[in-house]
Amino acid sequence: MSLSSAAPGLHGFTVAHYARFFTDAFDYSILGATLLLGAKATALCLAFGYPVAWVSARAGARWQSVLVFLVILPILTSVVVRTFSWIVILGREGVLNKLALGLGLIDEPLRLLFTETGVIIVLAQVQMPLMVLPILTVMSRADPSLVDASKALGAGEWRTLWRITVPLSLPGVIAGCILTYSACVTAFVTQTLIGGARLIYMPLHIYSQAVGANDWPFAAAISVVFMIAVLAVIGALAGLGRASRAHAHG
Amino acid sequence: MVKQSLDLEAASLKLVFGAATAVTVVVLVAPSVIVLLTSFTASYSLKFPPEGLSLRWYAALMDADQMQHAAWNSLVVATWTTSISVVLGTAAALAIAGNRSRWALALDVLFMSPLVLPALAFGFAALVYVYLLGLRPSIPLLVLGHVVVCVPFVLRTSIAALSQLDPALLDVSRSLGAGEWTTFRRVTLPLIARGVGAGAFLAFMASFDNVPVSLFLADERTEVLPIHLWQQIDTNLDVRTAAVSGLIVLATLVLMVLAERLAGLTRQLR
Repeated sequence: MSLSSAAPGLHGFTVAHYARFFTDAFDYSILGATLLLGAKATALCLAFGYPVAWVSARAGARWQSVLVFLVILPILTSVVVRTFSWIVILGREGVLNKLALGLGLIDEPLRLLFTETGVIIVLAQVQMPLMVLPILTVMSRADPSLVDASKALGAGEWRTLWRITVPLSLPGVIAGCILTYSACVTAFVTQTLIGGARLIYMPLHIYSQAVGANDWPFAAAISVVFMIAVLAVIGALAGLGRASRAHAHG
Repeated sequence: MVKQSLDLEAASLKLVFGAATAVTVVVLVAPSVIVLLTSFTASYSLKFPPEGLSLRWYAALMDADQMQHAAWNSLVVATWTTSISVVLGTAAALAIAGNRSRWALALDVLFMSPLVLPALAFGFAALVYVYLLGLRPSIPLLVLGHVVVCVPFVLRTSIAALSQLDPALLDVSRSLGAGEWTTFRRVTLPLIARGVGAGAFLAFMASFDNVPVSLFLADERTEVLPIHLWQQIDTNLDVRTAAVSGLIVLATLVLMVLAERLAGLTRQLR
């Protein structure tokens, strides 16, 4: 379809739609913005998700269940409902601005809705379980005596974390990053409702070309480009994962 | 002296990670709580905290025909999707689990790919495919589209459950004269039921919540709830939306507690 010259149906082949994508600065800037958005949201997710997994792995069975339950609560609640709630929270007169103004942290309401920062915060919240669960799985399987040995040999908590716990949990981190990243770049509802109409990412671009402009071949071409780009990032992450495993076992 | 600095260091790590976890938990839970409280507002605006409490917007849902229609469609689609996904996912899991051949690995990757590939691209591809076949969007086609993106959930939890299964139990059953089918029904199935159940629950929620596939495969007649709500939020922020959202949050919580009790949901996921 993406190679087809006329819409809809398959009549002859052309690479014009791909050429159009790569010669239009607007088109590939959208692709770049989307891939970058995924990286930023994934980084935020990792920064908060790793401690959550660490705490869960050390908690008793009961607390671990409670934590996992709370972590998966957002992803199981309808995405539209979640996003709707964030509009109430992030808006100009939303909960967050009222709270910050009340505490005297800011003098003027912050603009969070319809900004990239807002989209990143919401994406990180929503996709948190995809980061936490794989890390938790790998951490629970790690031999706890390695941590004890490190401490007995005089390494402090932070040193043990960096030298023992983090390297051992790397496969989980990589798996978490792959899942989070692919979910973030394709999160159409969150991107459009929190980002608004002016922040355009690839899913919205595909949708508006397919349904709005009714240009199916072009929509198909950018879908393929988007998919290949996402696969390339995932492939690179998976490669890193293999390298880290080889390192851990070597 | 050394001991003391070690204790301080130990405390600092726990403090930093504990604080990060606390912040995360608050941020994870806050939206659900806020949407629930907002839905009980007595006023016409979506301010938080709500101005006065009432159930008027829940009562208003009784007359929201379009919303009810969309909710019904969503339930029908999610139920069918879950049933088909459970059968296909479990069957695929039985074939893939424990099989180390290259084909099994390739199939595993193929079935799981909808989880990592952009769902919107799949939705669009499905629409193109449906049109090339000369068909129009309909509920069965919508179900088919949902099955593709929901099977991975059942497959993942079923494979995990099967890997915990002691193969000796199957050998015992066979050596006692039970056939393959009886062994499956009386031994394998009961032992993996919790895993399959957890996967079914996840598949149901994923289908009920799906936007990227429904966006392309549903039309006005077959409109589903998330799409309807999304358009409501995008155009006019109506307090009835908050009431539906409140209902969905409550239903999700109840279903999650049930899934936890019956299938040990949180244990299946880690």
